[in-house]
Amino acid sequence: MLAVRGLSVARGGRRLLEGVSFTLAPGAALLLTGPNGIGKTTLLRCLAGLQPPEAGEVSGNAEAAYASHADGVKAQLTVTENLAFWAALYRRPCDPAVLSAFDLAALADRPGGALSSGQRRRLGLARLAVIGRPLLLLDEPTVSLDAASVARFAAWLREVHLAGGGSAVIATHIPLGLEAPSLDLAAHRAGPEAAAAAGDEAFL
Amino acid sequence: MSALLLRDLRLALRSGGGFGLGLAFFLIVIVLVPFGIGPERALLARIAPGMLWVAALLAALLTLDRLFALDHEDGALQLLATAPLPLESLILAKALAHWLTTGLPLTLAAPLLGPLLALPAGAAPWLLLSLALGTPALSLIGAFGAALTLSIRRGGLLLSLIVLPLYVPTLIFGAEMARRGAEGLAQGAAPAMLAALSLGCLALMPFAAAAALRVNLR
Repeated sequence: MLAVRGLSVARGGRRLLEGVSFTLAPGAALLLTGPNGIGKTTLLRCLAGLQPPEAGEVSGNAEAAYASHADGVKAQLTVTENLAFWAALYRRPCDPAVLSAFDLAALADRPGGALSSGQRRRLGLARLAVIGRPLLLLDEPTVSLDAASVARFAAWLREVHLAGGGSAVIATHIPLGLEAPSLDLAAHRAGPEAAAAAGDEAFL
Repeated sequence: MSALLLRDLRLALRSGGGFGLGLAFFLIVIVLVPFGIGPERALLARIAPGMLWVAALLAALLTLDRLFALDHEDGALQLLATAPLPLESLILAKALAHWLTTGLPLTLAAPLLGPLLALPAGAAPWLLLSLALGTPALSLIGAFGAALTLSIRRGGLLLSLIVLPLYVPTLIFGAEMARRGAEGLAQGAAPAMLAALSLGCLALMPFAAAAALRVNLR
């Protein structure tokens, strides 16, 4: 279970959010909302362990999978090879059914460099199904997806991932059709009096 | 870790330039030297071990800036950093892939290029051995430099400025070992020092590079 208490995060030497607290039970999802630049990505990166929190505690994020704006798709590898690499890295079998779940079966032998941005995004999301982590941290997962693909992804999230006891924190502007509470980060915006953040800049 | 190694080797093969680039650069530098120095065999034979080693350093440097940069650009590095694989293992896999695509081909090609610089035939095994002992240190130090300069746009030049001075001990003992081989002298401490440098880098550099990578990924 993911538990966040009194979390403050900073980016580029400025504190963005403070006092973020929530818990997330297995099988539940949480939607992060808020205007551009409020700190959704920074919060997710902090939960993923890519950057340390400024203050507060995070627990239960050891088995997290992070999906950023970039999909990490290798242009020289085929769709199948891209997925097989992530499966091998996480020591899991590469289930071919994932390809059809994300409508990639027809593209299985296409090199990553020849995919459209929507197809590449679908491959990036299929990676999440292959690596099978219980906690997903998704940063704008539906960017460049068409309506059918958004619905397909939401269905996978609801019927496979959450139904299987997984949980997800999703930063999104598009309703995914999930029955999930949302957390408006605008309420946690760091005040102007917040001291300049330390420890975020490289080599300081 | 083996999954990452295999992926990187496959990428190096497919994108072209991975295996060939460093080797072709090495070949061209060695071919150019006699044009610049002149055909005097005694002089060429004297500078051959040092020239071969300097050319090997530069060739190893050539592909270093892509070590992490390509994965950084397409976002794969962030995803790799959040994978269950420790960053130190990631560095090791990357350095090993770099050695297999650069250091190993250079090691195997150098004895064949020796005659171009009038290197005595008896020196070829020693040259091969010196490169085999020393090039792993080049890849490991290079991985540290590449991790350090990751978030700098066009960091290749800075990377060479950081990495080349760190290559000095390896160059000294590597060239010394090849020179002693060429002149038929006893090897002395050079092979042991060279092996110690590579083993020391193997023990320390993954941790140093992982720390640099963590800072750069924030």
